Amino acid sequence: MSETIAFERTPSVADVPTHYCPGCQHGVAHRLAAEYLDGQGLAEKTLLVTSVGCSVLLYNYLNFDAVEAPHGRAPAVATGLKRTNPDKVVFTYQGDGDLASIGMAEIMHAANRGERITVLFVNNTVYGMTGGQTAPTTMVGQKTTTSPAGRCASTEGMPLRMAEIMAALPGVAFSARVALDSVKHLAKARKAIRHAFEAQLKDGGLGFVEILATCPTNWKMTSVQANERISKELIPYFPLGVFKDLKTPGAC
Amino acid sequence: MEGGRIFVKGNEAVAMGAIDAGLKGYFGYPITPQNEIPEYMSKHLPKAGGAFVQAESEVAAVNMVLGAAASGARAMTSSSSPGISLMQESISYMAGSEIPCVIVNMMRGGPGLGDINTAQGDYFQSTRGGGHGDYRTPCLAPSTCQEAYDMTREAFEWAFKYRTPTLVVGDGILGQMKEPLVRRVPCPPGPDEGSDWRLGGPPALPGRPRRALRSLYLNEGELAQVNLRLRDKYRAMQAEARADQFLTEDAELVVVAFGSIGRIVKSAIRKLRARGHKIGLFRPITLFPFPDLALRDLAYGGRRFLTIEHNLGQMVDDVRLAVRGLADSDFYGALSGTIPTPDEFEAAMEQAITGGSR
Repeated sequence: MSETIAFERTPSVADVPTHYCPGCQHGVAHRLAAEYLDGQGLAEKTLLVTSVGCSVLLYNYLNFDAVEAPHGRAPAVATGLKRTNPDKVVFTYQGDGDLASIGMAEIMHAANRGERITVLFVNNTVYGMTGGQTAPTTMVGQKTTTSPAGRCASTEGMPLRMAEIMAALPGVAFSARVALDSVKHLAKARKAIRHAFEAQLKDGGLGFVEILATCPTNWKMTSVQANERISKELIPYFPLGVFKDLKTPGAC
Repeated sequence: MEGGRIFVKGNEAVAMGAIDAGLKGYFGYPITPQNEIPEYMSKHLPKAGGAFVQAESEVAAVNMVLGAAASGARAMTSSSSPGISLMQESISYMAGSEIPCVIVNMMRGGPGLGDINTAQGDYFQSTRGGGHGDYRTPCLAPSTCQEAYDMTREAFEWAFKYRTPTLVVGDGILGQMKEPLVRRVPCPPGPDEGSDWRLGGPPALPGRPRRALRSLYLNEGELAQVNLRLRDKYRAMQAEARADQFLTEDAELVVVAFGSIGRIVKSAIRKLRARGHKIGLFRPITLFPFPDLALRDLAYGGRRFLTIEHNLGQMVDDVRLAVRGLADSDFYGALSGTIPTPDEFEAAMEQAITGGSR
């Protein structure tokens, strides 16, 4: 039986095994970012700011110059990097615990200042790396290792909708929420990531994409079940779509 | 060519020193008594080609420094004691990731919110690493506006030579005091500074392997090797430890004091010398590496020691370690909320001369 190569690995995705669990969609999100940057010939001028969580080893998986940010601080690190290197393309890649919990101050203020950076925010409704604890985006009723009876809205609040919060800030030029659960959604995710980088490249402001993604291990589901949960449970609460798209560059 | 004498606050001298060292990014957050530093930077750094951002917190400020410095830019922040505590996480990350930067601490009283008056209570935090993990930070302690300017410039040399966050530690007295300053010829770095490690640096990708500045080492034995390499780096710094010595050659009593307090002690020594007492001053300029060999040399000469600090006893531990087996040190601590006078110290010194107790 002969093999047919359907598509090549884009060069900015390193040819190494990852530590991700089966059915995890981090790898898909990595590839979408790398494909855009390679496609535009931007790989050499891209600087990556990694975060703390399951994607902590991202600098091993993407072939960009990278710096490790302390937990939650990637938007501040990216601010310093971009302000002193305005000719570079700077992006952060953060999970829900990193961005929406410990890093809330940094993302809000970077967004409000309109930093010319791109933020890829992977929301899988749980702390993955530490073993499945409650995140700010955990669904009401979702059982985690620190909400054994399920998240309770009256004591733990409602899941934060970051893409909508970002869209409300004047410094944000583009904000969207996408999912990776179907071919149709992948096409939209690819397009949103392009727009989020274009917001930076056109000097418009901060570009933000929230990516709904699976965590089969901590959701205690098979890969297929986890993928189905995206459309059945998450999208009804976290609607997909573009919440803001300023085509014109921002002014000081 | 050097400029003429100008009359500035210590905080302004720090800012001028950093700009003359080729500063490319300043990131800070207001806190007394160092506000003249961000204020000066906001006005003058953009004109000098650098970026100024008032951050949302000291946490964000120091992480902006981390980001800018990762690209090899000369970057700094400044704060005072409570704000420096907030920065410790990132200082630890920069020590581990070997990212060079300068952090200025104009110390105030503590613990907690303390007061906004001058103090030296952050000696341990400055010289023991300050954050989590096994690391140290070089630490320079100026006592005059001229030294504040010169040592801020010098701090960038330490930072890049050793690829590590470097502290300049003053206090409320130094920050707020006005005195003459001579700005020296600017000393911006050459284009090659950090070119072997900085992000985006030459040669461009894909001609070289991609670079990752990180402090995470999960593979077996990897972190141990990193820690040993860092230890060797801190040991190598010891050769650059230095102190200012004033009338120590014939001294029977050597007073050890740093920063502003060293200067006040000097005034007291002059008065006691005039009355015939053989007293000298040993003023550490590098708090880490501590100039313990020079101090030990004095101990071999059979001298007595008195450590004076604006806290209740921190550097005195290092003095005792330096002279251990040969001598000991008395201690006098000026209290928080006061600006000590030479008269106050004279009494402590006279007691030490006459064999006072600890």
